Amino acid sequence: MSRLDLVAAAYLVAAVLFVLGLKSLGRPRTAPRGNLLGASGMLVAVLATLLDRSIVDFRILLAGLVVGSAIGMVLAVKVRMTAMPQLVALFNGFGGGASVLVATASLVEVGDQGLVDDQFAVAAALTALIGAVTLTGSMVAFTKLQEIGSLRSFPGLAVLRATMAIVAVVASVMVVTRPGDQGWMWALVAAGALLGVFGTIAIGGADMPVVIALLNSCSGVAASTAGFVLDNSLLIIAGSLVGASGLVLTQIMCRSMNRSLFDVVFGSLAASGVAPDASDVYGDRVTSTSAEEVAMLLEVAERVAIVPGYGLAVAQAQHAVRDLMRTLNDSGVEVVFGIHPVAGRMPGHMNVLLAEAEIDYERLLDMDQINPTFAQTDVTIVIGANDVVNPSARTDPDSPIAGMPILDVDESRTVVVVKRSLSPGFAGIPNPLFAADGTLMLFGDGKDAVLDVVAALLNG
Amino acid sequence: MTLLVAFTLFVLAVFLGLELITKVPATLHTPLMSGSNAVSGITLIGAMVSAGTDHSALTTWLGFVAVVLATVNVVGGFLVTGRMLAMFSARSTKRRPSVGEEPS
Repeated sequence: MSRLDLVAAAYLVAAVLFVLGLKSLGRPRTAPRGNLLGASGMLVAVLATLLDRSIVDFRILLAGLVVGSAIGMVLAVKVRMTAMPQLVALFNGFGGGASVLVATASLVEVGDQGLVDDQFAVAAALTALIGAVTLTGSMVAFTKLQEIGSLRSFPGLAVLRATMAIVAVVASVMVVTRPGDQGWMWALVAAGALLGVFGTIAIGGADMPVVIALLNSCSGVAASTAGFVLDNSLLIIAGSLVGASGLVLTQIMCRSMNRSLFDVVFGSLAASGVAPDASDVYGDRVTSTSAEEVAMLLEVAERVAIVPGYGLAVAQAQHAVRDLMRTLNDSGVEVVFGIHPVAGRMPGHMNVLLAEAEIDYERLLDMDQINPTFAQTDVTIVIGANDVVNPSARTDPDSPIAGMPILDVDESRTVVVVKRSLSPGFAGIPNPLFAADGTLMLFGDGKDAVLDVVAALLNG
Repeated sequence: MTLLVAFTLFVLAVFLGLELITKVPATLHTPLMSGSNAVSGITLIGAMVSAGTDHSALTTWLGFVAVVLATVNVVGGFLVTGRMLAMFSARSTKRRPSVGEEPS
C-alpha cells in the first residue's frame, strides 16, 4: 500500500467516524460517545495528514497545533455556561477564518506556479467569500452576545449591503478570470468580510438562534469548498455534512419563530403586522404580586410549570430556579420546565443553562410535550420570557408575531410572570398575558425574585 | 479527483447530513451544534499542508495562522461539547442508584 493510499484510507475512516459521531450526537444516551467519535475522526485525519508528502517543514505546523490547542483548551475549560453562545460563535468564526486563509494560501501558491484552472479558481473564490462572511458575521454575533459595543442597523445599510454584494461578485469574477493577480483575491476577502458585518449587524437578539445555526452551516460549507480547492475528499465530505446538518437546525429555528430565513437575515420583522398600543392592552388590569403571595399559591399547587427565557440567562437565575424546584419537590409538588425552541440566544440555550444547574433533562419538556398539559397545571411561572408566551400569536391575526408557535401558559390556572417591568420583548409588542385575569406579575430581578419565593416557602 | 467525482461526494454528503439530523431533541441542539462546528474545523488538515509546504513565506504564515484558528476550533469545540454533555449525563448516572433502591 503506497503512502497515498494509506492517507486516502485514513480519510475514509475519519469520514465514517464523523458520520457516526454526528448521528450519535442526536440522541441523549449516545451523545457523549458521538463527541468522542468525532474527535477520534479528527485525530485520525490529522495524523494521516502528517504523512502528506508535500509537507517538508514540520516546525511551523507543529507550533500552530500547539498554540491552537492551548488556546482552545483554555477557552473550553474556562468558559461559563452562560457564555456558551458567544463561544460557539467565536469557534465558528475561527473555522471560517481558517478556510479563508487556506484558500488564499493555495491560490497564491498555485498562482505563482501558473497552474490555476477555472475549477480551482471558482472553488477558491467561493471559499474566500463564504469563509470571510462566516468569520466577520460570527465576530459580530460574538460582540452582540458578549454585549461589547452596540452594533445596530443604520440608515443606508441595505444599500451598503447590496453594493458590497456586487463588489464581491465582481471580485470573484476577476479572481477566476485573472488568477495571477493576487490583488483581486484580497479585494474579495475584504468584500466578504464587510458583507459578513453588514449582513449580521442589524440582526436582533431574539433572532440569534437562527443566525448562530446559519453561521454554523456556513462554516461547514466553507470547509467543503476548501475541499474542492485542495482536491481533498475528506474536507468535501465533512464540510458538507456540517453544512447540511446546520441547515436542518436553522430550519427548525425558523419554523419555531414562524419566520423565513429571508426575513431573519433581511430583518423585516413587523413589516406586515400592526402592534397595538401598550396602554390599550394593559390599562389598569395588571395585577402585581409579592413573593409571599406566590409562595402561598405554590404551597397548595400539585403541578407547577416553569417557563424560562433569555431573561433567566441574563439574571443568572438558573441555580435559584433549581432551588425553587427542589423546595417544591420536597413538599410533594410536581415541577416541569417548558422550553420554547428559540428561548435564549442559541438553539438549546435554556437546556444547557438548566443542565448546568443540575436540573434533569427529563424534566425539560419541548413545546409539543408541555402545551397539552398547561390546562392541568396549577401554577406556571414565566421567568424572563415574553414573546414566546404571547397569546397574540394565536389570537390576533394582525400581530407581527401572528402564527408563531407559542407556549400556551395562559391555559394554566394561575400564571406568575417574573419580570423587571412591563417593557416589551424583542418583537416590541405588548403582551396581553400580563393583563389576563389569571396572571400575577412579580416585578423584580429574576434571581432575587425566585430566591425570595424560595425563602417565603421555607419560612411559611 | 475529477470535478464530477468531487461533486458527487459533495451532493451525497449533503443528503447524508440532511438525513442524519432529524428529530433531535432540543436538549441536544447546542451540543450538536458545537460538536458539528468542531467537525467543520476539518479545514485544519488543509491548513497543515499550507503551513508545511515550503513555497513562500507568505503561504507558510497564512498556513500557520490557519492552523492556529482551525486547531482552536477543533480542540475547543470538542472539549466544550464534552463538557456540556458531561453535565447532561452526570445526573442520569447519579439518579440510577436511587431508582434501583425503590423496591427495597
